[in-house]
Parts: sequence; C-alpha cells; structure tokens
Amino acid sequence: MSDVALKTHLPSYLREWQHRIEEVARGHGLDFFPVVFEILSYDQMNEIAAYGGFPNRYPHWRFGMEYEQLSKSYEYGLSKIYEMVINSNPSYAYLLEGNSVTEQKLVMAHVIAHVDFFKNNFAFRATDLDASGRVDPVRKLENYDPNRKWIDKMANHGQRVRRIIERHGIHKVEEFIDECLSLENLIDPHLPFAGTHVAEVEDENAAIEVPRLRSKDYMDPFINPEDYLDAQRRKIEEARERQKRFPERPERDVLLFLLNHAPLERWERDVLEIIRTEAYYFLPQMQTKIMNEGWASYWHSKIMTEGVLDASEIIDYADRNAGVLATSGGRLNPYKLGVELFRHIEERWNKGQFGREWEECDSLEMKRHWDMRLGLGRKKIFEVRALYNDVTFIDEFLTPEFCHEHKLFSFGWSNRNERYEIESREFKQVKDKLLFQLTNAGNPFIYVEDANFENRGELLLRHEHQGIDLRADWARETLRALVRVWKRPVSVQTIFDGKGTMLRYDGREHTSRLFKSS
Amino acid sequence: MSLRIDQDHSRFRNIVRGKIRQNLRRYISHGELLGRKGKDVVSVPIPQIDIPRFRFADRQQGGVGQGDGEIGDPVGGQEGDRSGQGKAGKDAGDHILEVDVTLDELAQILGEELELPDIEDKGKSKIASTKDRYTGIRRVGPESLRHFKRTYREALKRMIASGTFSPERPVVVPIPDDKRYRSWKTDVEPVANAVIIYMMDVSGSMGDEQKEIVRIESFWIDTWLKSQYKGLESRYIIHDAVAREVDRDTFFYTRESGGTMISSAYKLCLKIIEENYPADEWNIYPFHFSDGDNWSMDDTLTCVELLKQKILPKVNMFGYGQVESPYGSGQFIKDLRELFSKEEKLVTSEIRDKDAIVNSIKEFLGKGK
Repeated sequence: MSDVALKTHLPSYLREWQHRIEEVARGHGLDFFPVVFEILSYDQMNEIAAYGGFPNRYPHWRFGMEYEQLSKSYEYGLSKIYEMVINSNPSYAYLLEGNSVTEQKLVMAHVIAHVDFFKNNFAFRATDLDASGRVDPVRKLENYDPNRKWIDKMANHGQRVRRIIERHGIHKVEEFIDECLSLENLIDPHLPFAGTHVAEVEDENAAIEVPRLRSKDYMDPFINPEDYLDAQRRKIEEARERQKRFPERPERDVLLFLLNHAPLERWERDVLEIIRTEAYYFLPQMQTKIMNEGWASYWHSKIMTEGVLDASEIIDYADRNAGVLATSGGRLNPYKLGVELFRHIEERWNKGQFGREWEECDSLEMKRHWDMRLGLGRKKIFEVRALYNDVTFIDEFLTPEFCHEHKLFSFGWSNRNERYEIESREFKQVKDKLLFQLTNAGNPFIYVEDANFENRGELLLRHEHQGIDLRADWARETLRALVRVWKRPVSVQTIFDGKGTMLRYDGREHTSRLFKSS
Repeated sequence: MSLRIDQDHSRFRNIVRGKIRQNLRRYISHGELLGRKGKDVVSVPIPQIDIPRFRFADRQQGGVGQGDGEIGDPVGGQEGDRSGQGKAGKDAGDHILEVDVTLDELAQILGEELELPDIEDKGKSKIASTKDRYTGIRRVGPESLRHFKRTYREALKRMIASGTFSPERPVVVPIPDDKRYRSWKTDVEPVANAVIIYMMDVSGSMGDEQKEIVRIESFWIDTWLKSQYKGLESRYIIHDAVAREVDRDTFFYTRESGGTMISSAYKLCLKIIEENYPADEWNIYPFHFSDGDNWSMDDTLTCVELLKQKILPKVNMFGYGQVESPYGSGQFIKDLRELFSKEEKLVTSEIRDKDAIVNSIKEFLGKGK
C-alpha cells in the first residue's frame, strides 16, 4: 500500500467504532473481508475518487478532468464524497476528514455492507485474481479468502504504463490509451463464467454425406426425399463455410480479439491488455449498482438504529440518511430503489407472498391480508444478494404493486415538445425500459463478425440492434479508434432509422451505405 | 502539497486550451461566453472532450424515473446525482463539460489565435505605485519588527568572541546592542493605466442585432486590453442626437429613437478625457460603434475637426466600428476613410454580421497600439 496509508490511519475513537460496527454486522450474519479505513482530506479524497478509488493509476488526462469536476462541485458546495470503498481483499475504504462522528459511523456501516456484497455476490467472483479458468458463480467455498489485491495490481499497471511512457513519450502513449478507452466497453460480461470454448475438430476433407434413414428401395424417395437431402447437404456445407470464416462464431469480447489478432506493437498490446483487465474489474460494480447500494443502505440503517446510534445523534443520522435516499427531480435513485426492493422482498418472504398459491390468487382482498408468518425474509435477501445481479434482480422482484407504490414511470424524448416526457406508468413498459438500461451495463451489443471482410483483411463488426440506434457521431469516432488498432479499414453493421446501414472508415474517410439486413 | 493528479490535471487543461483555440471563432461569433463571465473567470462550454464509444443515441433511449406527474409531463432534474459515491462519472451522461478559464488565459488564447501583437509601451507610465518589501536588516527599529534569529545570532557571536559562551550550558542572552530589526525598501513600479471609452449610437436605426454585435466585440476588446494593462477603466457613452454618459448595463440595453449626431458623442468623449485622463499619464482607447447614418454632412465635418485637432493627439488609437443596420449602411465610414487615409491612429472596421466580429477584432487590435 502506498505511503498515504501510513499517515492516514484511523484515530482510535473511530477504530473503536469500527470494531463495534463490525461486531453488530457479524451478529446480523454479514460476512466481509477485513476493511482498512483511512481518513483523507478533501483534496486527497477528490484525487483518489478521480482515479476511481485507487491511489495509484496509470497517468491519463481524463483523471485530471474528473478531478477538476469533483473539486469544483465540492468547492461550490454542490456535492461531497462521503465515502469510497474498493473491491479488494483486504478492502480499503476512505472517510472524509472533518465529517461528524455520526456521519463517519454511518459511512462505516454502509461500507461494511458493501464489502459483504463484494465478497458474496457472484458477479464479483470474476475479480478474483487467483481464479483459474471458469468461475462457478453458485458454489460457495468454505473459508473463502480470494486474492483480490487490486490496489497492487492497479499500481503495477500504473508502473508499467509509466515505463512505456518513458520509452515512447507521453503524447504517443496517451493517444493510444484514448483509443483503447474508446473500445473499453466492448467486452463480454459472461466471459468469466463461460470457460473456454473447445472447438470440435472435424476432418475437413471428408466428403459431405447426409445421413439417410434406412428404408426399402421403393420407399427411399419418400423416406429420404431428394430436396430434403439437398437442404441438409447445403446446411452442412454452410457450416463448413462458416468454419473457414474467422472468427468462427461472432466474438463479443472485441478487446480480447484485438489483443490476440491485431498487428500491435508490444507496448501497445501491453496497454490494451491493461485497459481490458481494468474494464473487467469495474464491470461487476456496474452490473450490481442498484443491488449493491440497496444492500448497503439496508444494512446501514439496520446497524445504525440497532445499537450504534446514540439518542442524541438520531436526528443527524435521519437527515443524512434521507439525503442519501432522496429522489429529486423525478430521477431514479439507485440507493432508494435498491433498499426498497430488498425490504419489499423481505416482507414478501416473511409473509409468504410467493409461490404458486400466491401467483394464482386473484382476490385483491386476500392478497392484501396475506400473511403466512413464514419469517423467511432475512434468509431470502441474503440469498438474493449472493445470486443476482441488477438485471435478474429487477426482472424477478419488481412487482406491479411495487411499481405503483413507488410511483415509477418511464420517460422518453418527445420530438414535438423537444423535451423528455413521462411516457407511461404501466408496469410492463417501466420494467422493460429499466431492464433495457441495465442490460449489458447499458452498452450496445457489438460483435466481431469477420476479420477478413470482403477477403481484404478488413474488420467487420456487427451491432445487434435492439430497438435503439447507435449515436452516429460517436460511432464514427469509435471506428477511427478501431482503425488505428486494427490498421486496416473497419466497418460496423447496424441499423439507422430502420434501415440496415454499414458504416466504414478506411483511415481517410467515413462512408456509410445501406444494405439489406437479413 | 503536490498531488499525483496534478500532472494529469495540467494535461487536461492543455487539452481544454487546445479545444478553446479550435472553437474560438465560433465562441466569438455566437457570443456564447458573454453570459458566462464571473469576476475573473469565464466558464467555457467544451464540446466533445469525452471519449467516444459505441453507445446508444440518447434521445431514443429515455429511461425510468420516480415521482409524481401525469403522462406527457416533462421530466425535470439533472442526470447523475454525484453525492455519496466515488463512482461518479461512470455513467456517461450527455453533458457538455464546462471549464473555468481565467480571463488572462482567454486573452492569451485570443492573442495566439488571432496573432495579436503585444501592445507597444507608449512610455507614458507616469503613475507609479510604491510597494514596500522587507528585505534588509537595521540596528534600530520598533520591537514588533525585531528579527529574532538574527538577534540571537549576534548575541551568540558576541558571547563566543568574549568567551562567555560555554557549550555545556548553551544559554544565549542578547543585550540591547545585539538587537536587529527588519527594514524595508520601497520599490517604485510604474503602472500602465488605460481607459477604454465606448461610444455607441442608440438611435432608432440601431437594432438588437447590432447591439449584440457591439456587446460581443467590446467583451473581447475588454478581455484583450485587460491582459495588457494592469489597471483598466471603462467608460460608456450613448448618443442619438445628444450624448450622455451611462453605466455598463444601460449602455448595452438602452434603445432610444431619434436622429444621430455623432459629434455630440465625440464632444463628451473629449470632455471626459480632458477632465479625468491626462494624455501623458493614460493610455486612452476610444471605440465608437454606429451604423454610420449621421444627421448631416456638417456634423460629420465637426466630427472630423474634433478628431483631428483634439482627440487623436491624445489617444493611443481611435476605433470606429460600423455595424450594418437594416436601414442600410451609412456614409460615415467612407468619409472617415477618405479624410484620414494616412492617419494610423484611426482604425475603421466594418462589421456586417456576427461572423465578421473576429476579423474586426483583429483589425482593431492587430496593430499593437
């Protein structure tokens, strides 16, 4: 750990509170990595926040931009960062110097729950540095104590990039980092759990033989009709044809594909690999934002109000808590949505409002007073925090009643009035929209389709269009970055305004043409 | 304390400067920066600094919100409540970044982009400001200025010389002779003082569009001259058939009607100069904006006389900007150009529309006067 750690350790009265809070948390069944708290002044806090929580990252201007924005909004009194916690083992968390004791306690309780989430939610298994090959999301190990030394890992990345900069100059390297960052979101969230794909080896010279059903001679034209056989033969041929293509099947981890196959210099490969590794590190946090914040908010209020707060602090606490959970201006607050959903689940499982009987009951009156006193709520939410991510969480537990009670709505852009307007309060619309936003962490699905497009060594990507177009100007800029990495023309196949469109950049100019989407 | 982030931050600032330079002409002709001026900084909207990615078009996507409202009601509020978490900035909102740039920096960028020369020192810096610096040491002085360290050093020297100092018991006691006091030196710094006198025609023929042009142009002239002179004053005169001095707000937002007597403004300008700004102490910059539709040739001749005899000898330069009004452009600029073709101090510029502002600024300031 950096030398910062030495100067910023916790004063003893806060250390005592940390012990107390951890005790209460363990009493409730939370299971977390050891947590190291550090106290930072606000500019240190802004610096570390700008670096995404890590005191040591590779140099890049966007961190400077982030820093300027953070410190400006702090100075103007618009916002302040109360806490930051890093998914690593042991976990590091930062407290802001000068906060009141009540605030520090609140933050500590919140952080402990985050760390419990880091340790137990399946998505974060993908960040275990010692996991080899496929990660089993469900099996939980006894004495689970993975290697997640991400502070060191990130610092190493920083060191590597700095060495590269010394040799090649900041300009060149930073420009290349810009390009890699343009592609940062082209990764495959399922990869850590997918294992490696084993290619089926087939003798490619074997003649194409369609298996026939046994039949008597005179029945053969009926049992194995000629046109069926032809169709089968074509299918096999197509499959063979596909195998000649590269990649064989569409590849979602565009970064990995480029890493393996783009003509990169050694240092470029190194940089790209770093960017990809870090992208995968941050991915689980994006996939579980609502759950993670909800879980932490659920537990900070439990822990605080059951044994940690003293009577004189309750107003202060309530004020802060309300600030965290407030929804303003019609915006969805992930803290609020998450905590309310967890509470909703707990209540339903406490009262037995689930399963077939509940689903099939259509008497509103009965449903309203449904209470089987099962008391399964606590157990259920622990299970949910381990086995779900935001998408499955919303998909399974968002109910029409919840939607109605919390006044959720979907909104869209109105061309006529040139503004965003409330579109619907229908459960289905709201849920669809919410799920769409969360799917693939809000990124479009992009695949590497062909690395030898038109037999010219050009790269063809395909955007799997799901109802929303790409942002055209950014797509063109991204193509530019791709060309610089791939060093040959790159095309992306997508849909604009309902028409199949092929965007291409050949290093000099952008072209776009229509094509028939199959 | 120096932070690791400082280097990243300064590279970011360089990128911002580059972006401002790139877009400077647009900023100037759209007048975007006028409303964004604080005391010493301007907040500049920077487009396209984010890293581009494959992502969805914003308007099609929409989202989910929470709260009251009927279907069809507008959704308010801003994206991304930043409080609470350190993960701010991860969700890429389609915000245009606003960056604070100091006026000095902006002037520098303007200077670089338009290749403006620094203004020649006219050598009339008679006004001086004095500054006291505590640099020396004296043997007498008030106790409040006693130099503790030097005093004890003297005492130590004396005690060692006289043999009364023992290293085993290192007690140093100063006597009055040992006392040393800080003393100051007065530096005299010449101050270049400058005054801009803006004059504007507010007669009926000057519309809002024309005033907007004047406003934009004077903002940039202000910015540039401020970076060149330490103390810059601005005076504002409006005129139709009569002239009066007004404050800044009135200057930009008044609209009057009636005829145009340019000489009235020049007379008032001269009066202000003579009363307040002796020409040998001040750098004087009158700028006059009009649509050039003067009342009569007689009045134009009066103006020419005034300029030739009284005003031009006193000022660094005299700028005349003629904006095109819906009623057609006036004759005044042609008269001036004819009669003052050899006069370097008189700079004329025609500003047809907002896009012409950039060139006009260059014409006014490009001579380094």
